[in-house]
Amino acid sequence: MMTDSRVTSEGGHRESHPASPVAHEDIVGRGNREGAQLFREWFQGLTETAERGGAAAYVFVMGSMAEILRVFDLPTVFPEIHSLQTAVRRVAHEYLDQAEDYGYSPDICGYVKADVAVQLLGGQHPMGRIPKPQLAVLTNACNTYIKWGEIWERMYHIPVFVLDVPGTRAAGRQTWPGDPDFQNDCAYVAAQIKDLIRLCEQITGKKFNIDRLREVLGYVNVMNRGWKRVLALNRSRPSVFNALTDGTIYLGVSNAFRGTAAGARYFERLVEEMEYKVAHGIGTLVDEKYRLIFVGVPCYPIFRRFSELFTQWGGTFVNSTYLWFAAGGANLGFEYDLDRPLESLAEGVLISVRDAMDSMFYQDRPLIQMIDEYQVDGVVYHPIKSCRTVSTGLADNRRALMAARDVPSLFIESDMMDRRVVSEAQLKNRVDAFFEGLAARKVAAQREA
Amino acid sequence: MTNHEGVIHDPASRTEGMTMNSLGNGAQDGILRHIFEGGSMAYAAGVDVGSTQTKAIIIDEDGRIVGRALIDTGANVTLAAENAYMAALQQSGLREEEVEYVVGTGYGRYRVTFGNTQVTEISCHARGAVHMFPGTRTVLDMGGQDTKAIRVSPSGEIIDFCMNDKCAAGTGRFLGAASAALDIPLDELGQVALRAERPVRISTTCTVFAESEVLSWLGKGKKIEDILAGVHQSIAARSIGLLRRVGIQEEITFTGGVARNVGMVEALQRGLGVKLNVSEESHFMGALGAALFALDHILASRLPAEAVEGAR
Repeated sequence: MMTDSRVTSEGGHRESHPASPVAHEDIVGRGNREGAQLFREWFQGLTETAERGGAAAYVFVMGSMAEILRVFDLPTVFPEIHSLQTAVRRVAHEYLDQAEDYGYSPDICGYVKADVAVQLLGGQHPMGRIPKPQLAVLTNACNTYIKWGEIWERMYHIPVFVLDVPGTRAAGRQTWPGDPDFQNDCAYVAAQIKDLIRLCEQITGKKFNIDRLREVLGYVNVMNRGWKRVLALNRSRPSVFNALTDGTIYLGVSNAFRGTAAGARYFERLVEEMEYKVAHGIGTLVDEKYRLIFVGVPCYPIFRRFSELFTQWGGTFVNSTYLWFAAGGANLGFEYDLDRPLESLAEGVLISVRDAMDSMFYQDRPLIQMIDEYQVDGVVYHPIKSCRTVSTGLADNRRALMAARDVPSLFIESDMMDRRVVSEAQLKNRVDAFFEGLAARKVAAQREA
Repeated sequence: MTNHEGVIHDPASRTEGMTMNSLGNGAQDGILRHIFEGGSMAYAAGVDVGSTQTKAIIIDEDGRIVGRALIDTGANVTLAAENAYMAALQQSGLREEEVEYVVGTGYGRYRVTFGNTQVTEISCHARGAVHMFPGTRTVLDMGGQDTKAIRVSPSGEIIDFCMNDKCAAGTGRFLGAASAALDIPLDELGQVALRAERPVRISTTCTVFAESEVLSWLGKGKKIEDILAGVHQSIAARSIGLLRRVGIQEEITFTGGVARNVGMVEALQRGLGVKLNVSEESHFMGALGAALFALDHILASRLPAEAVEGAR
C-alpha cells in the first residue's frame, strides 16, 4: 500500500486559478508526499519501540480494531503492510526464501511467509525494525489471519483476540439497523468488543476511557468521510488519482493512522487536494485514454512497472476493489454516533468488516455500478497465486460481469509478493492484447458515430 | 539492414505520423501510380518472431500473399527477424522500398527493429483467422511453446482470450518431446497417430515427464501408433480446456504450426465434436494477421487526416 515519495501524480494541467489560496505546486501530489512522510514516521516510531524492547499490537487491515487499541495507546503493527513493503523494496524473495527454508510451502500466503521471516530475524526490516507483539487482534474476514495469529501465539505466548464478524448470508441480502438479524449480529459483535476492552485493560494496566474512545471515533469519522469522498471524486474526467498506485498510499494511511489526529488531518487535506484537482481538470495522465477498474491485490514485486504496462497505453485505474476490502470497509464512509460510542462501534465494525468481505466475494454487482458511475472502459482482474481468499471466484465474477455488461475485461495472474510467479513479458503480452482490443473498439465506435 | 527512410517510428509513442514526404521514393511513386493509374502496388509485411520459429509474410493491397519465409528463431532474435524478412522479400521479388509498412508480432515483436509497430500475436492470429475464414468465432493457436484460445465477435473484435504459457503442456513442445523419445520426425507424428487402434492414456500433463511416460509405455509393449495417439489426445484435451474457458462457438479455426499435424486436427475434432477450419497457411497465420494490420496502416494513410486520427 505504500511506495516511496517518488510515486507522484503526473498531470496535464492548465494554469492555476489566480484566486486559489493554495499554491499549485504545493497541493498537487501533496497526498503522496505527506503519505510517504507519515509512513516513514510510523516506521521510525516502531523502530524506536523495538529498540527499547517495547511491544505492539499486531493487527490486520480488515478489522484492525484501532478504535479500541488507540484508547490504550497501543502502537499498532500491520504485518500485511510490513510484508508488502519488503516486495516494494525488492527484497521480498530473501524473506520468502527464509520462511521456505524454515518449512513453509511456496503456495502459502506471501504476507505470512515474509512476516515469519521478519520474526525469525528479530524484527529486521528494510524500513527499520518491527517490535514484537504483546497482543494480536484479528477478524474472520480472512481465515488465514487465524493461522497467522497461531504462529505468533506459538512464538511469543501472547493472547490472540479473534473478533468473529457475521458475514452476509446471501448476495444482496445484507441486514441493516432495524432488522432483527442485524440487532442480533450487532449484539454479538458488541459483546466481543467488551471482551477486547477487558483484555486490553489486563495487558496495559490502563482503565478504559470512554471519552478517549469518543475522540478516536471522531477522528475515524473524518477519515471514513474523507475516504468515501476521495473515491467518489475519481468519477471526474480526467480522474484525479490512480487507484492502483496513488490509491495504495492513501489506503496505507487510512489503515496505519486510523483514529489518530494525524490521520484525520491527512484525509482533510487529501479531500482538499482532490477537489482542487477536479476543479482545475488536473488528471493523473497527460492524456487519459482508458478508464479502468482493478480487481484484486496489486503486484508489489514490480509495482511501478506493472502500472506502467497500463499507463503507457493511456490507461489509468479510476477505482479498485482493493481500496474497498483492504480499507476494512472504510470506503463505505460509516460514521460513528459519538452519543452512543460502544453501540455505534459495534454497528460500524459489523457493517464495515462485513462489507470488506462482500467486496471480495459478491463483486459483480458493485462493479456493474462502478462501470456506469465512473464511465469505465475496461476491468482488469488480477488473481494472485498465494491468496485464495481474494482470488477464488474471480473467474466466475468475471463471467457474471461479462453476461451483465458489454465491457471488455482482462484476466492476468501473478502474485502480490513472490516474483518467481510474476512474468513481466507474459503480463505485457496480455495487457497489450487487451489495449489493442480497446483501441479497435474505440475506432469501431467512432465509425458508427 | 537499411530502414525505410522516414517510416520508422518509435514503437512506444504509437503515433502514426506518416506523410508523403516520409515515404521512400519507390512508395511515393507507387501511390501516385495508384491514384492516376489504379494499379495494385502497395505491399505490407508481417514478421512473427515466435519462441521456436520466425515467420514472415508479404501481402499486396488485396491481401494476397506474395512472399513468405519460415526459419528457426535460434538465439539471436533480431537476426532471425531480419533473415526471415529478407527471405520473404527475396521470394516475392520485391525491393525493400516497395514494402511500405511492417508489423512485428510474437514474443520477439520488440526485436523486429526494422518494423514500424508491434501488435500482439493474440490480435494477429485472430485477424488472420477471420481473414481466411470469415465465419470464425473461436481461434485455437498451438505454437511451439504456447497455446492460446481466442474468441472473436462477428466483427472480428476479440471478446476474450486465454493463454497457456506458464507451462508447455498442451503445446507443440509436448510433441517435440514425443518425437525425441520415439525417434520419429516431428512431421510424421500425426500420420502415425492416425493409424492407432487402441490409443493409450497419457496421464502426465507435464511435457518434461512425457518422455519417460512414452518410454514406459514402449517398455510395456504398446504400439507406437497407440502411444502417439494418446499423446495427441492429451494435448487436445488440454487445449479444449483452454477453449472452454473462453467459450466455444463455431466456427473454430485452428492456427499455428501444430495445425499442420493431421493427427492433432483429428484428435481435436474428435474431442470437440465439430469440424475445424484449417488453412494451408496455418503456420503463417500470425504473420499474416500482422501483415493485414500493416495494410490497415497503409490504407489509413491514404485517407484525410481526420480519418487517420480515428484509426490510431
